[in-house]
Amino acid sequence: MTNMRMAEQAARHQDNKIEARDVHVYYGANEAIKGVDVDILDKTVTAFIGPSGCGKSTFLRCLNRMNDTIDGCRITGQILMDGDDIYARSVDPVQLRAKVGMVFQKPNPFPKSIYDNVAYGPRIHGLVSNKADLDEVVEKSLRRAAIWDEAKDRLNEPGTGLSGGQQQRLCIARAIATAPEVLLMDEPCSALDPIATAQIEELIDELRSSFSVVIVTHSMQQAARVSQKTAFFHLGEVMEYDDTPKIFTNPENPKTQDYITGRYG
Amino acid sequence: MIGTAFLIVIGLAFMFMALARRQAFGVADGNLAQLHSRPGYHGLYAFLIAALAGSATLMVVTIGGNIAINAALMSQIADALPDALRIERQLVLSDAIALAEGRLSSQDDALRQAVAVRFTQLEGMRVWGALGLGLIVASLTGGQALRSVSLGFRARNRSEQILRGILAACAVIAVLTTIGIVLSLIFETLSFFDKIGWRVDKYLFGTRWSPLSGVSAGQMDPDRVGAVPLFAGTFLITIIAMLVAVPIGLFAAIYLSDFASKRVRAIAKPMLEILAGVPTVVYGFFAAITVAPFIRRTGESIGLDVASESALAAGVVMGIMIIPFISSLSDDVINAVPQSLRDGSYGLGATKAETIRQVVLPAALPGIVSAVLLGISRAVGETMIVVMAAGQGANLTLNPLEAVTTVTVQIVMLITGDTEASTAAGPAFTLGFTLFCITLALNIYALRTVRKYREMYD
Repeated sequence: MTNMRMAEQAARHQDNKIEARDVHVYYGANEAIKGVDVDILDKTVTAFIGPSGCGKSTFLRCLNRMNDTIDGCRITGQILMDGDDIYARSVDPVQLRAKVGMVFQKPNPFPKSIYDNVAYGPRIHGLVSNKADLDEVVEKSLRRAAIWDEAKDRLNEPGTGLSGGQQQRLCIARAIATAPEVLLMDEPCSALDPIATAQIEELIDELRSSFSVVIVTHSMQQAARVSQKTAFFHLGEVMEYDDTPKIFTNPENPKTQDYITGRYG
Repeated sequence: MIGTAFLIVIGLAFMFMALARRQAFGVADGNLAQLHSRPGYHGLYAFLIAALAGSATLMVVTIGGNIAINAALMSQIADALPDALRIERQLVLSDAIALAEGRLSSQDDALRQAVAVRFTQLEGMRVWGALGLGLIVASLTGGQALRSVSLGFRARNRSEQILRGILAACAVIAVLTTIGIVLSLIFETLSFFDKIGWRVDKYLFGTRWSPLSGVSAGQMDPDRVGAVPLFAGTFLITIIAMLVAVPIGLFAAIYLSDFASKRVRAIAKPMLEILAGVPTVVYGFFAAITVAPFIRRTGESIGLDVASESALAAGVVMGIMIIPFISSLSDDVINAVPQSLRDGSYGLGATKAETIRQVVLPAALPGIVSAVLLGISRAVGETMIVVMAAGQGANLTLNPLEAVTTVTVQIVMLITGDTEASTAAGPAFTLGFTLFCITLALNIYALRTVRKYREMYD
């Protein structure tokens, strides 16, 4: 399967969706990211791996400017999306986040019904004009997140009443309902059991057809299973960034080798 | 005297505690792990049973002695004054006790002197008897505890059982007090209804409140006890107060929790809480002396006729008083909404306003509702501000510029007025009971609302 994906990837001409150049992030005086250069390809799953505290989540949150909401966080360098600087003054982070969706580590459904959870994004962005369209968007998103069958009879029940795995799929449905171009996932399976994890991985693979997905994960197997590109973060720097099969079979950096073989990290 | 005796018994119990603890150390002989209970528990057990048994004996002897002394002295007085009324004999007795304690009495005759001497003797016997018996019982039980100190003795389980009993007794006292208050309210209310010939409808729906002007031969005029103006006044002032307090308090809470920088919050939140610490009597004269004349002048300058005591002045100041309750409680619940929900909303491209309105506030709603209902309870029960600023005349109006009166104001007027307490108490208790029912209903409603939303949101 990986070989097939490699071939597929090589055959397709791919543009850079996001280009990060010399990105530094400071929390107060503490430098969390020390000059990262990464290109995120369109319609590709990119995995960020690395030991805890290495800055992969922080870097992920730079891509949709979620770090703006944290006091004392400062970012330098350049992040281009489709060639435009997302930190330019003319860019409204609110509009950026509508294009760059995010799924969090812990499922965080809103205290609303399942329907309203999914309809939240389309409603605030005015993506639909009438109830019928909204119904359709909700159904489509829930279907794509592979939770429609479980949720269709209880759309008016609170999203918080679902199980952990269902909640996370609901959060993915919520994120894709806004029709983003990039989907950021911050350890989306860390709170889930293997069955729910498998469902979500399948889903990520499916989502690749529509947008680029960036996933932070602690599970090496997961990175190998779902991603085409992998970046290994260590102490705020990217040690190695390459095609996933290469990272996992023939890494160039000895630190990457140590980390993926479990000798270190 | 009894207080000192009680302290002595407790002191003895402390001694047994130290002894039992030492004995436990001795029994363990250096290897404390052999003991079922740690030495401290042996001490605690000895202390608890000695103190409880000793002070219980003390109390029984004291109360029983008091009854016995009264009976003995009354029979002495009855022998001396066979024709006197019971109330005259009681006067003699209280005079004699006053004499014995060196206070002033109404008369000072031979009988009173003799009774006083007898009282001094008996009283001495009572105090010493109580102390002696208390000490004996405490020593017996404490000694029993000392003898039972052994490796296998379950002192921890026993003392925990006793402590649990003490905790339960405290809970029972709290519950019984509540029941007692409610029962006394109910009985006074029933006797008031009896005085108005069971015309409860006149009380609930009548519009004329002047209860003390219609008293004759122990009966009241049902046409003058209509409570509607009072409840209308309370209602009006509460609405004005909540119109001031809910928006300001809630918006302040939202600002403090989601917009203010840490420094602003560190200064502003304690300031708001100081507002809660201002005594209501200060708010009262602030309302009466500053706000009411201001409203009157402003009203006159735009051609409105404003009474010098107005529902508006009292309501606005009461609202200011309630702001910190609502803002502080709402701020807490808004802060308790997990950051992950906010992140989730921001991550979908929602603005701060959208996030607060559609995610944070719904999640915090149960807490906000209970904060508002707590505020309403405060407003309904608030007294000082309305006494000073709202007026006393029972005036049925919904015009906030006129003087109105509230339930609490009328209770104050009835109880502090110069009418005989037994007459004034009836309507006062009835108003109090009605107020109690209203706040109770409000609280139950609040709890239910909160529970309903909690099921939905947790």
